[in-house]
Amino acid sequence: MGLKFSLLMVTALILGVFLGVEALGLSYLFGVIIPYIALATFIIGFVYRVVKWGKAPVPFRIPTTCGQQKSLSWIKQNKIENPSTTSGVVARMALEVLFFRSLFKNTKAQLVDGQRLVYQWEKWLWLGGLIFHWSFLIVVIRHFRFFLEPVPAFVRLIEKLDGFFLVDLQNVYLTGVLLLVAITYLFIRRVFIPQVRYVSLAADYFPLFVIMGIALTGILMRYFTRVDVVAVKELALGLFTFNPTVPEGISILFYIHLFLVCVLISYFPFSKLMHMGGIFLSPTRNMANNNRAVRHINPWNYPVKVHTYEEYEDEFRDKMRAVGLPLEKDGTEGEKEAATTKE
Amino acid sequence: MYNSRNIIIGLVIFIGIFTLPFVFGIGKKNDAPKLSLDTPKINELEAKECIEDTDFMRSNHMKLLSEWKVSVVRDGNRIYVSEKDGKEYEMSLENTCLDCHSNKEEFCDACHTYAQVEPNCWSCHVGPEEVK
Repeated sequence: MGLKFSLLMVTALILGVFLGVEALGLSYLFGVIIPYIALATFIIGFVYRVVKWGKAPVPFRIPTTCGQQKSLSWIKQNKIENPSTTSGVVARMALEVLFFRSLFKNTKAQLVDGQRLVYQWEKWLWLGGLIFHWSFLIVVIRHFRFFLEPVPAFVRLIEKLDGFFLVDLQNVYLTGVLLLVAITYLFIRRVFIPQVRYVSLAADYFPLFVIMGIALTGILMRYFTRVDVVAVKELALGLFTFNPTVPEGISILFYIHLFLVCVLISYFPFSKLMHMGGIFLSPTRNMANNNRAVRHINPWNYPVKVHTYEEYEDEFRDKMRAVGLPLEKDGTEGEKEAATTKE
Repeated sequence: MYNSRNIIIGLVIFIGIFTLPFVFGIGKKNDAPKLSLDTPKINELEAKECIEDTDFMRSNHMKLLSEWKVSVVRDGNRIYVSEKDGKEYEMSLENTCLDCHSNKEEFCDACHTYAQVEPNCWSCHVGPEEVK
């Protein structure tokens, strides 16, 4: 259901931009107006979501991480897995963001012979995810050759490394191919593993199809049916210099590519893709495990009306003295002594 | 907002990264390079036309050259028949293309630099200005 719906949606979007540009000639709408709206939605929506999350009270530090914490002096502490300092947290977060450390510990539970539960080493999801995310990042950085003039040196360097292999006189970008392979693997995995398919919704398939569409149109434009790259750069630079122009003669493939990117980024703040910002706010990852060292005050505590012993004594001093109870203040010498002894 | 300091720093970094092209681009021009056709050979021509349509050449010249390479090197076929008007041309970068477009810097390099493309033609072929 979710699969068919997502596929239908993406097909409809592609058809929409095809008709819009080819039949109705709305190239200014799809080339300038929609990209601006999409980028604004992305940035404002992203900030709004993160601020909204920031307003939620921070919970008690959750010490469900593996590894020992610092408080037990005779057991060695795992400083990255279970950090007690901010630098440890930064290390844990960096490993999480850059190398998906939690996912690396992924295991597969399986019943063997119908009885025995066995946990297996499962690294494919981690590998697929890592390749996908890194490839996507490098592909995005490579696109800066269209966004900036002159092209900065680091973009050229990445391009050279990425395009190391020459096929038929043309540099083939490894990350472009890897991106498509990885996203296809992630999709196939979702469809073919029954448990994963059971928990998959349209919200899971839709971004996969959109990214697949982006990667496919990009590869088509680069290696198969060419587009006028100079005109494309003129359009892109026009957007970023606020002199939007729509040069003639840009292939429809480019508009499909651009529109799918716009769909992806404007959908971003409303979707699971927000894990990009959310990872930094994961309570089990971003808080030091120093529960025994630092007092946690519940942020939603209301002011409690208290009646201290001093106030109690002030209120009942006469009655207490009358029945001979020890007093801490204003008592006679004997009463003071009694109070001290009692302590 | 809780931990507002960290969250605001994070968001500022986020906005900074995603608006970077605007920061670099603002106030600049986005004009694509104007290609110069001012060469002695082109000026002599009556109809200033390339072997195929300009639009096709702009997007596909690299593909055409790659096909020429295969045709010449592997099949020994040096004759190209234009799809535009059926005229025949010699498949040669140096003798056909660069004969007219002898201004490599204003013609080839202008776009290639703008779009950050580094074609590997010149690792084997000789550019026109190098001949002189």
